[in-house]
Amino acid sequence: MTTLNIAARNITRNYRRSLMTISAIAVGTMSMLLFGEFVSQIFVSLETQNVTRSGHIALFRSGYFNYGAGNPAAYGIRDYQDVIGLMGEDAFLKPLINVVTPTINLFGIAGNFDAESSKTFVGLGVIPADYNIMHRWDEHHLKLGTTAGDISLNEKDESHGFIGAGLARILGLCETLKLGDCPERQRGDQETVQTKSGRNKRDFSGLEEEAKQTNSDAGNGPAPRLDLLAATANGAPNVVNFYVDKAIVQGIKEYDDSFVIMNFNLAQKLLFGRGEKKAVSIVLQLHQTEDIPVARARLEKLIKDKGLDLETRELTELQPFYKQAVGMFLAIFSFISIVMAVIVLFTVVNTMSMSVMERTQEIGTLRAMGVKRKGIAVQFVLEGILLGLIGATVGIVIGSVAGEIINHAGLTWHPPGQAYPTPLLVRTKGVGHLLFGIWTGLGVMATIAAWIPARRAARMKIVDALGHV
Amino acid sequence: MVLGPSGSGKTTLLNLVGCLDQPTGGKIEVCGEKVAEITDDRISEFRAKNIGFIFQNFNLIPVLSALENVEYPLTLLGMKTSERRERSMSILGSVGLSDHARHRPNQLSGGQKQRVAIARALVKGPSLVLADEPTANLDSTTGAAIIDLMHRVQEEYGASFIFSTHDPQLISHAQDVFSIRDGELIEHRSEG
Repeated sequence: MTTLNIAARNITRNYRRSLMTISAIAVGTMSMLLFGEFVSQIFVSLETQNVTRSGHIALFRSGYFNYGAGNPAAYGIRDYQDVIGLMGEDAFLKPLINVVTPTINLFGIAGNFDAESSKTFVGLGVIPADYNIMHRWDEHHLKLGTTAGDISLNEKDESHGFIGAGLARILGLCETLKLGDCPERQRGDQETVQTKSGRNKRDFSGLEEEAKQTNSDAGNGPAPRLDLLAATANGAPNVVNFYVDKAIVQGIKEYDDSFVIMNFNLAQKLLFGRGEKKAVSIVLQLHQTEDIPVARARLEKLIKDKGLDLETRELTELQPFYKQAVGMFLAIFSFISIVMAVIVLFTVVNTMSMSVMERTQEIGTLRAMGVKRKGIAVQFVLEGILLGLIGATVGIVIGSVAGEIINHAGLTWHPPGQAYPTPLLVRTKGVGHLLFGIWTGLGVMATIAAWIPARRAARMKIVDALGHV
Repeated sequence: MVLGPSGSGKTTLLNLVGCLDQPTGGKIEVCGEKVAEITDDRISEFRAKNIGFIFQNFNLIPVLSALENVEYPLTLLGMKTSERRERSMSILGSVGLSDHARHRPNQLSGGQKQRVAIARALVKGPSLVLADEPTANLDSTTGAAIIDLMHRVQEEYGASFIFSTHDPQLISHAQDVFSIRDGELIEHRSEG
C-alpha cells in the first residue's frame, strides 16, 4: 500500500471527472504530437530538397557570396580541380563527403528565335553525373521522388539540360515539350509573332543553320533548341546552343520563369568563352547533415593552411528560405505547445482543486493520524502527475495510430516553395525525442498544476479540515 | 470522559489534547511532551506514535479496505509489511471484523465502520485514544455494542481513552467524568 497505489485509487474515485481530465490531456498530447510529427516531416523534406539541390556546404571566391552574383565570371575559382582533389584526399573530410563537385552560377538571356521570344535566365552549370548522385541523397529515407518523373541530366551530350516550366511557356515551347499548364496566348502576342516572323525571322540565321546541322548529327531528335546569351569575364557577349530535354516546374514563379540547368562544360564555355575555365563554386554534399559544423571547420582550416582565397557557406546561408521555414514552423509548434500546456495546466488545477475540496475531511483525518504536511502535498502531486502521464500516454498512443492513418490516407498538399502536390505525411519514425519531450513536458506541467492545490491541502488547519462538511 | 452541553468546549479540549490545535494561551503537556513548543513535523510524529483518534463520522479512507485502513497508521511508523499485516489482522479479529478485512468502507455498516476506526486507533498501541462522540452516529443497539467493544479493547490494549459525549450509556462506563461549561471545568467525578 504505497503512496502511488493510494494515488492511483484516488484517481478512480471520481472516474468520470478523471476520464474528462485524461481525455483533455490526451487530445492536447495528440495535437502536439501530430503537429510535431508534421513539422518534423516538413523539416526533413525541406532539408532533403535543399541538400539535393545545393549540397550542404559551398566554397566561393572570397566576396562572391555578397557581391559576386552580379558578375560571377569575375569571381571564378581558378584551380578548382586542385581544391576538389585537396578535399577528396583529406582523411578527415573524405568519409564525410557524398559528392564534391564544381558548379557555375550565371545569368543571361535565353532566346527561342523560332518563336521570336526571349527571356532573361538564371543558370546553373553542373556536372551531370555528380548532379544525378546529389539528387539521390536521402538521409532520412523519405523516398520523396518527384512527380516530374526522371530528372537525371543527360551525361553524354553537354548541350542538353532542363529549364523551368515558366521559362518554357514564355519561350513558346509548350507544344514541343508537351507542357500541361499552357493557356492559349493572347491574340496581340500572336499577331506580333506573325508580323515579326514575316519580316525577319531571326538575326542569327547562320548560327541556326549550323545548330540544326549539329543537332541532327548528334541524333538529338526533337529536343527544342535555345540560344543562351551571356557576358564573359571580359565583358564580351557570348552565345551557346542549348537543347531542352525537359521543363521542370519550380516552386517559386520567379525561379520557374528563369531557371536553366545545364552541363558544367557548356556553362564554362558560355561564361568564360575562350578564356581560362573556372568554376564559380565548389559544392559539398555530405552523407549526414549533422556533420556540417565539423566538415566546415575542417574546410576552413584547409583553406587557411593552403592560403586559398576562398570562403565557405553552409546550407542555411545558401538557402535562407529553409532557415526561415524551419523558424516559422518551430514558432507555430511552440505556440501550439504553449496553448496545450496551458490547457493541461488549468485542467489539472481544476481537477485537483475539486479533489482537495471534496477530500478536506480526509486530509484532516490523515493529518490527525500523523501524516506530515509534505506527505499530503506529495499525495496530491502524485495524483496530478498520474493524471498527466496517463493522459499523455493515451494521447501518444492515439496520436501514433492517427499518424499512421494519415500516412496511409493518400492525402496531398502544396508545401511552401513546392510546385507539385506533395503527399501529406507525418514523420512517425525517428521522432523518439519528440514523443519523450511531449510526454515529460506534460508530466512536468501536470506536476506544476497539481502542486498549487496540493500546497493548499498541505497547509490546511487540521481542526478546520476535520470540521469541513 | 468529558461531558458538557454543545459549545461548552469539549471538542476544543480534545483537539488540544490530541495536538490537532494550538492553545492561544497557557501551557499544554501531553504524555510528557510540551506540544505547544515543537514543530509541526515533530507534532505529526508525536501523534503518529502516541495518539489514536476515533471520530463521530468514522473518517475511514474510502479508497482503502478495512485492513488497509487499520494498517495505515503502522505505515507511518515505517513498520514492515508482514508485521503490520499480522498486527492489523489480529486487531481486526479483536473487533470481530476478520471476515470483512477486504471490504471497502462503503461496503460496511455504521457499526462496522466504527469498529474499523477503533481498530485503526488502537493498532499502533498508543498511549492515548481520543474519541469525539463515537456513538453519536449510531443507533442505540450498535452504540451499546461499540461501547462494550471500546471497554474491552481498552482493557486488552491498556490505552487511556478520553471521550467527549452526550450519550448516557457511555457515561456509565467512564472511570473519571469531567463536566465543563463555557470552557471551564465545573465538576470532576471519579467512578473508580
